[in-house]
Amino acid sequence: MRYVDEFRDGDLARVLADRIARAAEPGRHYRFMEFCGGHTHAISRYGVTDLLPAAIEMVHGPGCPVCVLPIGRIDSAIALASAHGAILCTYADTMRVPASERSSLMKAKAAGADVRMVYSAADALRIAREQPAREVVFFAIGFETTTPPTAIAILEAERTGLANFSVFCNHVVTPAAIANILESPQVRDIGTVPLDGFVGPAHVSCVIGSQPYEYFAAEYAKPVVIAGFEPLDVMQAVLMLVAQVNEGRHEVENEFARAVTREGNARAKALVAEVFELRRSFEWRGLGEVPYSALRIKTKYGRFDAEKRYGIAYRPVADNKACECGAILRGAKRPQDCKVFGTVCTPENPLGSCMVSSEGACAAYYTYGRFRNREAA
Amino acid sequence: VPFLVVKRVDGDDAIIDAGGVRKQVSLALVPEAREGDYVIVHVGYAISRLDPDEALRTLALFAGMESSAA
Repeated sequence: MRYVDEFRDGDLARVLADRIARAAEPGRHYRFMEFCGGHTHAISRYGVTDLLPAAIEMVHGPGCPVCVLPIGRIDSAIALASAHGAILCTYADTMRVPASERSSLMKAKAAGADVRMVYSAADALRIAREQPAREVVFFAIGFETTTPPTAIAILEAERTGLANFSVFCNHVVTPAAIANILESPQVRDIGTVPLDGFVGPAHVSCVIGSQPYEYFAAEYAKPVVIAGFEPLDVMQAVLMLVAQVNEGRHEVENEFARAVTREGNARAKALVAEVFELRRSFEWRGLGEVPYSALRIKTKYGRFDAEKRYGIAYRPVADNKACECGAILRGAKRPQDCKVFGTVCTPENPLGSCMVSSEGACAAYYTYGRFRNREAA
Repeated sequence: VPFLVVKRVDGDDAIIDAGGVRKQVSLALVPEAREGDYVIVHVGYAISRLDPDEALRTLALFAGMESSAA
């Protein structure tokens, strides 16, 4: 078993689709949010939407790390490389995220700022070791999957006394964001779709386990089924969600048991707990300020905190008025509802963050579904 | 996609393979992974080791051969 082809089998997909269609109660409409951008991508890429019966509607969630980065944070990252003259190391996905005044890390690099794409936090450490005369900042973004490697980098910098290395920490946490989708005042103002359940993230859950969703499922009376990233995983999760809704249950179930346990990765969680603590509040693109939804570096490791080292003060910046990323990230609108989708805003020249990363809802629609949607419209 | 652990190298690192593409990643977060295991990799770090028994159970679930969740 290579854990790939078996989970993409077309015949089995039709069997599952048939079982979902039979499970769906007549006259009932089911709306499920896939929180994670990896699922959004898989659903679009493998045409899962076409296989599902009309009674099932998949709503895309905010679980795309690049999409939820607010403009002000990108502006600060650009300032680290341009105004402060540091080597800014970043994951490739953030390079094209729109910043203020039509800038981006890519454009800042073209203008002479020392911005370098890295594959992992360990690469940023290596650059710091190789360039002792330069300041090196790692632009740390992402959910619970990318946080443990950042913790390892900080601990390694501490162990080896790497004084020219620091981290601009923008790590966010999943459970707070899921809860926010259902209860934040902004969501009440701008509106959101009623949801019947959630497809829980695959890789995030490898790290945090299934346990953190239990409070959420009980408190909000919404079923959660954690699913793998293959198309059959997503379809099986939908089937399990339909069964829960029909039976009036709201439990956490784990379709991705081959990789996710209830406890998650204890080693990774311990490293994160050693280095990071919760921020009181953090701004998300699309969700606004979300309490206790992001991490900062503990005082104990404060000398590796770029926000302290460079005195970065956060300045919020409003999104482009034409951009619907905010509503799309909450599931309140679909990519094709946005006026600039596929016209002014494309993956080659993104106006909004959802068009940047392959995990963004707009990029997934643009790449795999825009012609079908045009015909349907 | 999951990667096959081909060979452990110095320290926490290992060579992994996915359909012929090989690269070096860290097993620091999954130290129990052995050569021949499949792991899920994120930004250069393995974050989970796949359990073949659970995978078979899930495949059986797809085929409708089990009535409840694994």
